[in-house]
Formats: sequence, C-alpha cells, structure tokens
Amino acid sequence: MKRTAHNQIVVPRRSERRFYGHGIPGADLEELAGKLIVVEGADGSGRSTQIAKLVEWLEGGGHATVQVGLKRSTLVSAELAQAQQGNILSRTTLSLFYATDFADQLENVILPALRAGFIVLADRYIYTLMTRDLVRGMDEAWLKNLYGTALKPDAVFYLNVAPEELVQRNLSKNAALDYWESGMDLGLSRDMFDSFLKYQTAMQAAFRRLQAMYGFTIVDGNQSAEAINEVLRQKISAVLAGRPSRAALAKPVRRRPGR
Amino acid sequence: MKTFAQLGFPGRLIAVEGLDGSGKSTQIYLLKRWLELRGLKVYFSEWNSSELVKSATSKGKKRELLTPTTFSLIHATDFADRYERHLLPLLRAGYLVLCDRYIFTAFARDVVRGCPPEWVRGIYNFAALPDVTFFFRADLEVSLQRILDGRPKLKFFEAGMDLRLSTDPYESFRIFQGRLLEQYLAMSAEFNFALIDANQPVEAQQVVVRQQVARRIDLAKFRSTRPQPVSPPRSIFGKIEAEEEPVE
Repeated sequence: MKRTAHNQIVVPRRSERRFYGHGIPGADLEELAGKLIVVEGADGSGRSTQIAKLVEWLEGGGHATVQVGLKRSTLVSAELAQAQQGNILSRTTLSLFYATDFADQLENVILPALRAGFIVLADRYIYTLMTRDLVRGMDEAWLKNLYGTALKPDAVFYLNVAPEELVQRNLSKNAALDYWESGMDLGLSRDMFDSFLKYQTAMQAAFRRLQAMYGFTIVDGNQSAEAINEVLRQKISAVLAGRPSRAALAKPVRRRPGR
Repeated sequence: MKTFAQLGFPGRLIAVEGLDGSGKSTQIYLLKRWLELRGLKVYFSEWNSSELVKSATSKGKKRELLTPTTFSLIHATDFADRYERHLLPLLRAGYLVLCDRYIFTAFARDVVRGCPPEWVRGIYNFAALPDVTFFFRADLEVSLQRILDGRPKLKFFEAGMDLRLSTDPYESFRIFQGRLLEQYLAMSAEFNFALIDANQPVEAQQVVVRQQVARRIDLAKFRSTRPQPVSPPRSIFGKIEAEEEPVE
C-alpha cells in the first residue's frame, strides 16, 4: 500500500446530510462532519476483510475511524443473541429488536462519531435488515417507515458473490453453514445446503430491489480482495474530496402511504 | 385499521388506557375476575411484560441508556412479542383477551417524548384495534394525588425525567402526566374510546364497565370447558415496571 505523506492528507469536504425518513428527534445534521461508509454483503462475501483494509488505508491517510455492525449495541445485543439461539421470536418482534439495536448504535456511536469528524465504517446497515425482512414477507412500506430513523450514508457498497461461491467460502472457513444465513427458519428446504442456496438467491433478488431504491454501488465480490479494495478506495476518495458518489446522485426514496 | 371483530377473529380484545393512578388496572382486574367466574375463556396481558425483552428494557432503564427512539422501539418489540406469541393465537382460538394498556399508550408516550406521530403509528400498524377500549378519565389532580399521596420513589422514565421538564421528579411527573392526558384526549374520538369517569367509586365504575362489555360482546360465545391458560402474574396496586430504579 502506498504511504501517504503528511501534506497529502485530505481534509474531507462537508457533504449534504439527510435522514431517510423522520430521523432521530433533535439530531442536528449540520453538526455531522464525518463520513459514513457502509459495506453490505452476505457472510463470506469478504466484508470484514475489506473493512480491515479500509481502516488501514484511512488511518494511513490521517483519518480517525470507528467501526459499527449489527448486533453490537450495549442496549440489546446480548438479548438479541440469546433470542436467536432459541429461535423463539416471531418475525415482527425480531425485526423490531434489530431496529432497536440499530437505533441504539446510530444514536450512541454513529452520530457522536460523525459529530467528532470520524469516518464511520459500518459492517452492514439497514439494507441487510430490510432485505432479511422482505424475504420473510414483511411489508416494505412498514420497513421504510421503521428505518426512517436511519442516516443516509455517504457511500454504500454491496459485495455481490454468487450463492454457489458463498457456500464454498463458508464451508472452507467454518466447515458448516450458519442456521440464519441459510434461512432455515423459512422452511425453504430441510436440507441446509439447498436452503442456503435458495435463501441467498432470494436475498440477492431483494438486494437488487433495494439497490434500485437506495442506489448503492454493487461491487463484483468474485474479484480478488485487492481488486475489490481498489474499487472501494476510489469511490471513498471521491467522497472525501466532496465529489458526489452514485448513491448521492440517486433519487430520494419516495415515501409510500402506510397500510 | 380494523378491530378484531371486523377482521373476523372469533376472539375479542378489551383494552384499558389511562394515566398512572387512574385506577384502570384495578378495573380490568375486577373485569377479569367477573369473566372468569362466569366460566369464560379469558387471558390477561400487561404492557411491558414480555419475558424476553424484559432484561433489555430493564438494563436500558436502570442505566438510563434509552433515548426517545430506542424507548419507543424496545416497547414496540415487547408489544410485538406478546402480540404474535400470545394475543393473536388466543384471539384466533376465541378468547376474550384483556390488555392493561395497548398501542395507545405508545401513541401518547412516544409522541410526548418527541417521536413523530406518523412514525410511531406506522410501527404499530401490524396490530388490529381493540374491540372495546376503556379510557379511565380522572382529573389530573386526582390521578396525581393517588400516586403522589404515598410519596413513592418515582422512577426516572415514569416521571418523564428524560424529557428534562424539571429537575424535581414530582414536578416532572406532573408536567409529563398532563401532556399524556392531552394526547389521550386528542385521540379519544378517533379510536372510539369508551370514557369512564375515574373520579367515581371503584364499584360504580365497575358497574359501567361490565354493562358495556355485556352490551358490546356476546359473552355466551366465550364459555370454556377447559382449564384456563395462566396469565402472567400481576399486582393490582402500584406499578408493573418495577425493574426501574427510583430516582434518588
């Protein structure tokens, strides 16, 4: 990786900020100097590898970073993990539990870090949560209202890897497939291998739907880690320099009336 | 939004709403006893009582971690858990389900805390409306007296201390309850609340409650020949949200 001289450090340009919906009561968007970068993708798509590389690159470039991810809130992460173990929560409950976890991190980690001018790297964001719920038959307008709390990121990357390749990567890493990442609660197949393929195919289709609405960048996750990182760095450099990314140019999400 | 009757459920849901100290919990307990003694299929459910969500809510309240948004979402999670696991199946099975507080509590509290009304209502739009909603309307001073006479240790969120209305918990509680009452009264007509004068003696209120229930629900359809499911335990008096630490 190229070393950055101190005089090459880029001070990020302010970008226009907005929430997707009503947002967080009392939050002042003007104060948010930092940048929010989101990496989305299935387990095995290379998210954590990419984020680790980005942290190194950003810190090398003189930027302070903070990482967030799903199920990492002080408020409910332990309870959420426990509930998942038993698979005893129904879908609306699980959905709201995750939304609580997200809101807690948004208010207590993401927004304060952005206020302090940090680059926040999110290992998944509301899109994974929405996609999982859409695949489980939850109402789209309901989900959009629920996640109207969310801040619109400066860049969102979706690492797209074919389900067949995801199977290989997950098995070579863990020698097993995860119950939830295989969508076993959906009863698509009793066979975990089949279920995984069906579930991840459905997830990809749902992600494409969301991509059309939220306009994030789809990255071919089948390339080498270095090649992928190069793409991410280019886009993030543009964000830091204040050049609008594709996501920022995309049309705002239209609100739909509730049921 | 439709009621359970309009949606074709065989069961019926009766909810009570009102300020802390309005006596609604006593009234719904007496209603439950009456229905049970008549041998009907009854189940009782209380706001903020899902076992699963309890530890998170308790932690959030004790450590004062909750913001208006997470306060709202965690109570919605609690409600959804009870709704999907208990209320819906029981209503499908033809039970009379009694709820001490329902979605209107969230509509009032969360909005007073600053959450956008449309957002809160949108979140709860998976829930059907009660078939009967009693609103126990006491003069604000009467409700406050009932709670404050005992000089209880008021709890942080219960007193609305998170709203920074006053540094004095009692003063904060008064202002908070006043705002809740405004919200309740504003939605009374929209949701067809049956208003009960909560300044009346307990027995006089119960007469009205039983009359209305008997008039609006064909109780003979709810006869039970089986043992009843055990409703979660409750205390008639005082607050249920006991996991919260009193404000020092």
